[in-house]
Amino acid sequence: MRQTKQKTSGAAAPIMDAEAIRRALRRIAHEIIERNPQVTDVVLAGIPSRGVEIAQRIAAFVQEIKSISIETGVIDVAMHRDDVGTRSELPIVRETKLPLPLEERTVIVVDDVLYTGRTVRAAMDAINSFGRPARIQLAVLIDRGHRELPIRPDYVGKNLPTSGGEKVRVRLEQTDHGPDEVYLEKG
Amino acid sequence: MTTRWTRKDLLGLRELSSDEINFILETADAFKQVGTREIKKVPALRGKTLVNFFVEPSTRTRTSFELAALRLSADVINISATTSSLTKGETLKDTARNLEALHADILVLRHSSAGAPQFLANRLKASVINAGDGAHEHPTQALLDLYTIRERRGKIAGLSVAIIGDILFSRVARSNIFGLLKLGAQVTLVGPSTLVPREFEKLGVEVSHRIEDVLSKADVVNLLRIQHERQRREYFPGIGEYIRLFGLTKERARLLKPDCLIMHPGPINRGVEIDSEVADGLQSVILDQVTNGLAVRMAVLYLCGGISA
Repeated sequence: MRQTKQKTSGAAAPIMDAEAIRRALRRIAHEIIERNPQVTDVVLAGIPSRGVEIAQRIAAFVQEIKSISIETGVIDVAMHRDDVGTRSELPIVRETKLPLPLEERTVIVVDDVLYTGRTVRAAMDAINSFGRPARIQLAVLIDRGHRELPIRPDYVGKNLPTSGGEKVRVRLEQTDHGPDEVYLEKG
Repeated sequence: MTTRWTRKDLLGLRELSSDEINFILETADAFKQVGTREIKKVPALRGKTLVNFFVEPSTRTRTSFELAALRLSADVINISATTSSLTKGETLKDTARNLEALHADILVLRHSSAGAPQFLANRLKASVINAGDGAHEHPTQALLDLYTIRERRGKIAGLSVAIIGDILFSRVARSNIFGLLKLGAQVTLVGPSTLVPREFEKLGVEVSHRIEDVLSKADVVNLLRIQHERQRREYFPGIGEYIRLFGLTKERARLLKPDCLIMHPGPINRGVEIDSEVADGLQSVILDQVTNGLAVRMAVLYLCGGISA
């Protein structure tokens, strides 16, 4: 105990390993298939960077389970944030890539961690500037609570109660060039 | 992409690193796509106020900045030389301080004196964007030229770029020279010796007084407008002689490589620096430059104006 306490500044308690992440995303893929009878209408739109990688993995699981390929995309939220001018560092803007038109389609916003909900609000704002999808859903690997907006996820890999000072770190193979892992950093 | 933007102002390309220039171009990629959306507006600068302060007349640069700001949801005020109190004897500094008292966040300045944007940037909390100062720099024009070359050719390093025409008084040429050299292009300046003196070689460019020598090896030709309204007689023999020696006529255009890009910052003098058929031909990217100017200016306004003071 004493040892872990000493290490708390940078130290990490692992929450999910690669296998746990794999199972969670595969289960989300199953739930997406169940909830969306017309699964070919679904677009999995990831929020950079890790949301994009997670969206691609879920799409791969859907392919594996149903032999159906669903489209993926990227949503830039940086230029839709509501806190420009209050931060000392600007978020890097990226190009949004969505299959158009979005009308009649179900866009599933995909992110690694759901926290305040402000990023998801910005993502919905971005989607609406491209068109009017039939519905928008939300899939996240981790829901850590502390919402500041009336937003809830439709698909959750893991509910993780946290305190405000803690940081949830998600590491993914492609984005972070290391093993898949979720861990908690104490504040 | 690890660079972070930390500048409040954009005054010229001379002081920027190649990383910073590339960072602006990459940011512009994201903003270019906003123009293709059904709703061509993002809230990135909502609540910010931009003042377009054009002491020297300009329609195309001003409207490009204005539309860029509107697409970022900023509020825009336009002030031109004739509507400002400069004509009533107010100094530049006093006018600017008045603008700041209105809580303007971004000041886009076009001025006939080199260094005017720097002067204000040092004194104001607001971001200052140089929209052309005297014969000094016109950074956003050069950035949109770089963006257009990069978009069409996939890279800038190693390309041979010819800048043709009135170089001596051209801020567009100066900013282009700095930007192109930093990104690894080879630059050749072409024009009569009065407008393209050998002095320029000190910057690291080549100088040629014969257009035919340059056209066949260029990957890009950037034709500058002959500013005949500003031209002093001693520098310039006459329009007819200029066309005969340096105009990009359709005969001369046949010397160009098939994939050579033809650029012009506009407004073009058809039949002077460029023939109509060449300006409207397949190699011309003049209208791409206009579209890209919007994306590049959105990127610059976002980067300089989005950081909290």
